[in-house]
Amino acid sequence: MIKFFLMVNKQGQTRLSKYYEHVEINKRTLLETEVIKSCLSRSNEQCSFIEFKDFKLVYRQYAALFIVVGVNDTENEMAIYEFIHNFVEVLDEYFSRVVNNV
Amino acid sequence: MPAPIRLRELIRTIRTARTQAEEREMIQKECAAIRSSFREEDNTYRCRNVAKLLYMHMLGYPAHFGQLECLKLIASQKFTDKRIGYLGAMLLLDERQDVHLLMTNCIKNDLNHSTQYVQGLALCTLGCMGSSEMCRDLAGEVEKLLKTSNSYLRKKAALCAVHVIRKVPELMEMFLPATKNLLNEKNHGVLHTSVVLLTEMCERSPDMLAHFRKNEKLVPQLVRILKNLIMSGYSPEHDVSGISDPFLQVRILRLLRILGRNDDDSSEAMNDILAQVATNTETSKNVGNAILYETVLTIMDIKSESGLRVLAINILGRFLLNNDKNIRYVALTSLLKTVQTDHNAVQRHRSTIVDCLKDLDVSIKRRAMELSFALVNGNNIRGMMKELLYFLDSCEPEFKADCASGIFLAAEKYAPSKRWHIDTIMRVLTTAGSYVRDDAVPNLIQLITNSVEMHAYTVQRLYKAILGDYSQQPLVQVAAWCIGEYGDLLVSGQCEEEEPIQVTEDEVLDILESVLISNMSTSVTRGYALTAIMKLSTRFTCTVNRIKKVVSIYGSSIDVELQQRAVEYNALFKKYDHMRSALLERMPVMEKVTTNGPTEIVQTNGETEPAPLETKPPPSGPQPTSQANDLLDLLGGNDITPVIPTAPTSKPASAGGELLDLLGDINLTGTPAAAPAPSSVPQISQPSFLLDGLSSGPLFNDIATGIPSITAYSKNGLKIEFTFERSNTNPSVTVITIQASNSTELDMTDFVFQAAVPKTFQLQLLSPSSSIVPAFNTGTITQVIKVLNPQKQQLRMRIKLTYNHKGSAMQDLAEVNNFPPQSWQ
Repeated sequence: MIKFFLMVNKQGQTRLSKYYEHVEINKRTLLETEVIKSCLSRSNEQCSFIEFKDFKLVYRQYAALFIVVGVNDTENEMAIYEFIHNFVEVLDEYFSRVVNNV
Repeated sequence: MPAPIRLRELIRTIRTARTQAEEREMIQKECAAIRSSFREEDNTYRCRNVAKLLYMHMLGYPAHFGQLECLKLIASQKFTDKRIGYLGAMLLLDERQDVHLLMTNCIKNDLNHSTQYVQGLALCTLGCMGSSEMCRDLAGEVEKLLKTSNSYLRKKAALCAVHVIRKVPELMEMFLPATKNLLNEKNHGVLHTSVVLLTEMCERSPDMLAHFRKNEKLVPQLVRILKNLIMSGYSPEHDVSGISDPFLQVRILRLLRILGRNDDDSSEAMNDILAQVATNTETSKNVGNAILYETVLTIMDIKSESGLRVLAINILGRFLLNNDKNIRYVALTSLLKTVQTDHNAVQRHRSTIVDCLKDLDVSIKRRAMELSFALVNGNNIRGMMKELLYFLDSCEPEFKADCASGIFLAAEKYAPSKRWHIDTIMRVLTTAGSYVRDDAVPNLIQLITNSVEMHAYTVQRLYKAILGDYSQQPLVQVAAWCIGEYGDLLVSGQCEEEEPIQVTEDEVLDILESVLISNMSTSVTRGYALTAIMKLSTRFTCTVNRIKKVVSIYGSSIDVELQQRAVEYNALFKKYDHMRSALLERMPVMEKVTTNGPTEIVQTNGETEPAPLETKPPPSGPQPTSQANDLLDLLGGNDITPVIPTAPTSKPASAGGELLDLLGDINLTGTPAAAPAPSSVPQISQPSFLLDGLSSGPLFNDIATGIPSITAYSKNGLKIEFTFERSNTNPSVTVITIQASNSTELDMTDFVFQAAVPKTFQLQLLSPSSSIVPAFNTGTITQVIKVLNPQKQQLRMRIKLTYNHKGSAMQDLAEVNNFPPQSWQ
């Protein structure tokens, strides 16, 4: 099950956030900074699935934008990875040059 | 008032802010403008203002004052207003807010709206944040919409139904009839959401699951849909990198997994399609691999035939060879799950797994390490150990502790020879010595003691290891202990396994003294070193004076533990020199204690079976168990758990028993000398002190004193006294030392003490000092009982005594209830 969906840029500014489970508003910013910190500390050779607290993060980087999805244990990480790309392609269809205007 | 700015302008303005403070200022200004606009009840721009408010909420700023505005927007007739209103409701409102119930009526009307988009909005919102009351009210409407022919509405209704079921599980039956036709749709959106709905129902209720398996012929339907997806040609609507609707395929596979789990018929029905998916899916892109991964998970979970399982593991093996990190990670995770059940198949991929140990990614390395430990067996131990030791050398510090523990465990189980085992341990201690867990030290020492023929070799290697570097505490502790025990072998150069080195007694003492002095040594290590030096006084011949000097210096050490030891050793030299050699003789082979850690207490069958046992064998198996059975019978087997006690054993252990008595006596007289030391150790705790680091009992450095002792039993001339100690570090452990004395004129022989405690306690009975209670109170039998009392309940105990007295066998039962509160609180 997807817990949240984030689009955060490299400086830590949230561009989009949607939570599917209730999280207090002040905890959200905290969560987002932690998430982006763990994503930024990964190098290119490392895999896109991070074990974070008691759930998993699947992230994908597009230029300076990180799209991070938090999932619980029962989810297929690779399918989510595909899903992120699908999402970006859909956005690209509707609004052109999506990733450049980060 | 000028028109409020559009959302885009706001976003652009916020982005120009350079600092957090600037951004906050802008947002506050805008919030103020929005608030005043709300107060003026401005209808035209309300939707724009709420949109901006939602954006600011997403950035993390509070926006609760917009909640009522959302409701007003929902009630409006314009679609653009409704759209923003519902979005706001989904983001800002949830069941914690009181206002959300006001929405119920609006949603109800909108569910019956003429425009499908409005109906869609209402369904989305209900499915996102509906509370249980709202769901109960509106479930009927949702169910109606589930049956329409409009696929746009149907798919949204299905998702809404999922939320309703989660909130109000009793309503699940209501949706059952509607699900019959759901899978007959062509529209993938409806198919996908229906599969989600069915999955949710099956997961929540086993009755539903059974129903779907039998009546609905769900499995054949799903198989058919999956087959169409695979076999159909290119369909531009659903294509992702050459595969048709992979997301739907993954969902169906997941539902098949749930249906096939523990059910033979369903599993059989899906065997074919699973094989087909596994073989036909293209693996060049990530999409294909995602589907294969889900297939493998399904195959492993259902009751599939063995051919299919082998196919699945081979797929995982292929994943491991892939260059993509994500795939390797996923493969290792799944292999870890399957290694228990399909061990042999996973073994085939052992070499690939071992290669993954050298990967750069931390999560992959961890998984590979866990998997490697699971795969170690008697055949591959040598090769695997080489790889694991190499890994231990080069891995990150966070792995070293786990890796070291794993290596010890594996070596213990599968070591091909004792020398290999010792070598492996040495290697681990020297490479990762500081990361080895503290509880490994006593286990290692026991291991070394038990491999009698390797003593000389071991002590030589350990000596060489600490010559260069004595900073790794576990290594130094083990080495100090061994040198203390086997120093004579070291000096006499008796090693057969390798080239014996020439070491003099002075050199050995040099190294032990430097350990004592060094700043890097912890207090525990110093204790080991001091005891080792003391033991050498009986094994070395020319350096006894030097040892005496060292020991007396530490008599005034600041460290209480060292000081106490030194003072007692001094007393040994001065007053009890004749006993010194008996006290410090070689340790007997130790029994294996099945505990995991130093403070865990387990009910053990405390029979010792020392290898060098010459006289009569200890009263073995049958007798203690029959005694325990008697105890059970007598107690009626109610709330008391019996403990199988230790049978009195023969010589080697009783030598230890005399030691205990002697030490007991020594300390009684030794306390005046120790008075200047602020040591707060009560008299009869010493049996553990020689066995420091060997037993897994706590070191008595931190004892709470002042617990009064009690007379537990006094009858027919036999008196049993209990004295207590408790450890500050582990307050649920109480150590009771019993002393049995005999005031009659004849000895009591074959004395056996048994005890039983209520179920919430655990008891461990250690060996008694002897089985004879001498007459006229000339001596006592001492025995140590450890009680684990995690719930801090009042201590109660039933004891059973059997002994021979005046030619007849005596037996008695008693209950001990007068435990002082400090012993268990």
